[in-house]
Amino acid sequence: MSIITVKNLRKSFGNLEVLKDINAEVQEKEVICVIGPSGSGKSTFLRCLNRLEEISGGEVVINGHNITDPKININKVRQEVGMVFQQFNLFPHKTVLENITLGPIKILSKDKAEAEKKALELLDKVGLKEKAGSYPGELSGGQKQRVAIARALAMNPKIMLFDEPTSALDPEMVGDVLEVMKQLAKEGMTMVVVTHEMGFAREVGDRVIFMDGGYIVEENEPNQLFGNPQHDRTKAFLSKVL
Amino acid sequence: MDIITAALPILLKGLEVTLYIFVIAIILGFLIGLLMAMLRLAPIKILQWIAKVYVDAIRGTPFIVQLFFIYFGINSLHLVSLNNTTAGIITVAINAGAYFAEIIRAGIQSIDKGQTEAARSIGFTSAQTMRFIILPQAFRRMLPTITNQSIISLKDTSLLSVIGIADLTQQGQIQAAATFEAFKIWLTVGVIYFIIIYLLTILANFIERRIEVR
Repeated sequence: MSIITVKNLRKSFGNLEVLKDINAEVQEKEVICVIGPSGSGKSTFLRCLNRLEEISGGEVVINGHNITDPKININKVRQEVGMVFQQFNLFPHKTVLENITLGPIKILSKDKAEAEKKALELLDKVGLKEKAGSYPGELSGGQKQRVAIARALAMNPKIMLFDEPTSALDPEMVGDVLEVMKQLAKEGMTMVVVTHEMGFAREVGDRVIFMDGGYIVEENEPNQLFGNPQHDRTKAFLSKVL
Repeated sequence: MDIITAALPILLKGLEVTLYIFVIAIILGFLIGLLMAMLRLAPIKILQWIAKVYVDAIRGTPFIVQLFFIYFGINSLHLVSLNNTTAGIITVAINAGAYFAEIIRAGIQSIDKGQTEAARSIGFTSAQTMRFIILPQAFRRMLPTITNQSIISLKDTSLLSVIGIADLTQQGQIQAAATFEAFKIWLTVGVIYFIIIYLLTILANFIERRIEVR
């Protein structure tokens, strides 16, 4: 059974229809990379998966919860879906450790010692254990993003969403973040990654979705999509970015 | 100098009344402001409207008119009986509340939308997001303006002397009339206000440094 099912998803901002009839399925442990030009709707698509954007039409089912059902407790579903943002969005008034433990303590009611132990393990995993007491303002972009990944993982999510996680980073920081994401993929995390990193999509993605103009134009295994794109629009896009 | 030494204990009694009213009114005013800011930002039109009417009504009328309305106007209806201290506290609180509402609203809106999105994506409710993420950050930014409004409200309490509250200004009036030493008495009253406000500023600077925005 698929862990994410999207049927006829539509999203409009006022009169502007950004997503037009999106259909997609993600299986457990799959890594899906979403690529496409700016304004194609790929970030909006991702943000509909945890309802950070209100959904205008269609159905989105996340791990068995139909999040388009108005009666659903979306906060509960969001606990199962971690999200990493382009701009990191760490809480600047909290230390790195507090950023990670806040959710587990306040939402999952874990005790402080237990939450901190887990947080330190996660920091170790992303290679930033020594930064536990620092504030986000004292970290580089790459470090911030790795803390943001640890923060999302602290809630034990079933799915991780990445919204252009390396787009705001200096080039030399990108590698560290991608390395952490690769590790996560290897451990079997279900991931949906909106990215401009074609190398990552090709290497780590199980499937790649190409979006344009609010539609999914083409989806395939990375080798097929990058090596033998079927649609002219995909070919045109890839010829520019590869 | 004898005049001042003689008047000082009485003036300090007045200062006590001023500070008593100020402290209660400013706390109430802050709570009113917080509530009104929440209403203003609530996604429900009627609540926004209530907050907007309140803020506009208070900002659009003089303090002294508000004071007379609450003390003489409300009491004249004989529904409740407010003594002058209560009426004074209510007026200062309601007045400060309107300005605090705008300060708090602006402070909340100045926090990047990404903070809310990150908190909500973790699973925080909107109330938890406000409490743990938005307000602590907004408060740091608001502090200088909050200090400013508090100082204005402290000075506004001097107008309460007109409804017979025995605050610092009222006691100054009595002493000036009794001693015929208006210059010395009013200078002393001014210096006392100045010292209190200066101490308030030092306290605010201290808090500001403690919670420095990182």
